[in-house]
Amino acid sequence: MTEKHLSSQFDTELNTVSARVMELGGLVESQIGHAIRALSQFSLEAVDTVATLETRINALEVDIDRELSTIIARRQPTARDLRLLMAFSKATANLERMGDEASKMARMVRSIIETGAPRNLPTMDLRVAADLASGLLHKALDAFARLDTRAALAILKEDDLIDEEFDGFVRKLITYMMEDPRTISPSLDLLFIAKAIERIGDHSKNVAELIIYLVEGTDVRHTSVAEIESVLR
Amino acid sequence: MLTTTLAPPSRLNTAAMPTAPKITVRNLNFYYGKFHALKGINLDIPENKVTAFIGPSGCGKSTLLRTFNRMFELYPEQRAEGEIMLDGENLLTSKQDVALLRAKVGMVFQKPTPFPMSIYDNIAFGVKLFDSLSAPEMDERVEWALRKAALWTEVRDKLHQSGASLSGGQQQRLCIARGIAIKPEVLLLDEPCSALDPISTAKVEELIAELKADYTVVIVTHNMQQAARCSDYTAYMYLGDLMEFGETEQLFVKPKRSETEDYITGRFG
Repeated sequence: MTEKHLSSQFDTELNTVSARVMELGGLVESQIGHAIRALSQFSLEAVDTVATLETRINALEVDIDRELSTIIARRQPTARDLRLLMAFSKATANLERMGDEASKMARMVRSIIETGAPRNLPTMDLRVAADLASGLLHKALDAFARLDTRAALAILKEDDLIDEEFDGFVRKLITYMMEDPRTISPSLDLLFIAKAIERIGDHSKNVAELIIYLVEGTDVRHTSVAEIESVLR
Repeated sequence: MLTTTLAPPSRLNTAAMPTAPKITVRNLNFYYGKFHALKGINLDIPENKVTAFIGPSGCGKSTLLRTFNRMFELYPEQRAEGEIMLDGENLLTSKQDVALLRAKVGMVFQKPTPFPMSIYDNIAFGVKLFDSLSAPEMDERVEWALRKAALWTEVRDKLHQSGASLSGGQQQRLCIARGIAIKPEVLLLDEPCSALDPISTAKVEELIAELKADYTVVIVTHNMQQAARCSDYTAYMYLGDLMEFGETEQLFVKPKRSETEDYITGRFG
């Protein structure tokens, strides 16, 4: 298939918005990185960085949406151009939500620090799950940039790992809370953090599904991995 | 009907239609003298649906449309081979009077072509050729056609003025009214909006959507968005080949062929 449109201006518009979505992805990835650092080092400085990035991410989301509307209004895109813009729009929403989850993690860390809660809680386990989720986002962005449906499929499978980590972590927290009721309050904060990490994994999975929609033209949301494999075959 | 037993020998499979085809095209070849303009076309035009033909200039879309009412027979060096089945009869070999065929398969052209007569007579003229109506019946028919073409309220007070006094958009709707006044079964529209402003275009498109309840509509358009807006099925043609034919929604979101995708996304070089 020819890569370029007859209108080079259209190509420029698509490339610009594509670069912006990738920039947004990069910001969110970095924000999640700072949230993980806040958690593992109980760093207030990292918590503040997360909040600063949040403002930039929100502004970028609004910018991208405006650019997408302009392209749709001016170009009336069809076929893969249409799917590309749909995928950009939904990926942007998912990325922004991931940013919200990172902010939520940072707020919980701040709460744990400020209440001076005991630090012997199993935060290392959370760190593992958070690294998994962050890695998943990195892979999703990479697969998006390369339109790699195989990598997208691998992400869908990997998200199940994060879900398993989450379930295991919840069980562990319950034992801590039963042993020592003083850990209940910080444990609840950690539970919210764990949930935020799990959600980041889900949003990465959504982005991966968008890649398959964009390339194959098939909406694979709410379908099993086996069915998706048959689409990609 | 004979058509279903004919295996299409085309390089493309004919798309399966959920509704019965009104026109069935099998292995249609068309020549302008030595120039091979349509190459083995196989296509089912579904009944009571709007089918759009799109493709770059010279792809054969208007040629294909004109075979459906044997418009090409006006020119001796043009010939069509193959089958175009309409109601079980191959209209290419039929001995049927071409005027009767065109009463069944009406056509509206790119430029509005009102006859140099009154608005009323523009419509009554064709009707008189096929029906002998009384004066009140004719009045009724003229009003019916003008209402169908969404023109009645604009011309009801000036039916005896010249058709040429109308605006371009009104003239085109007058031509559509003239086409439907003789109650055809198929309406062929060859670039019906290319000379119209967006408001007139919207009115004609609205009309097309209403007409498909009673007629099978086939439209040739250069405006891809128009095909996307008002057709149920779309055929993409290129250099005399039918490249892809399918539901409009599918063709504009996920075309099967990369050639179609290049054309509709403006990557066609």
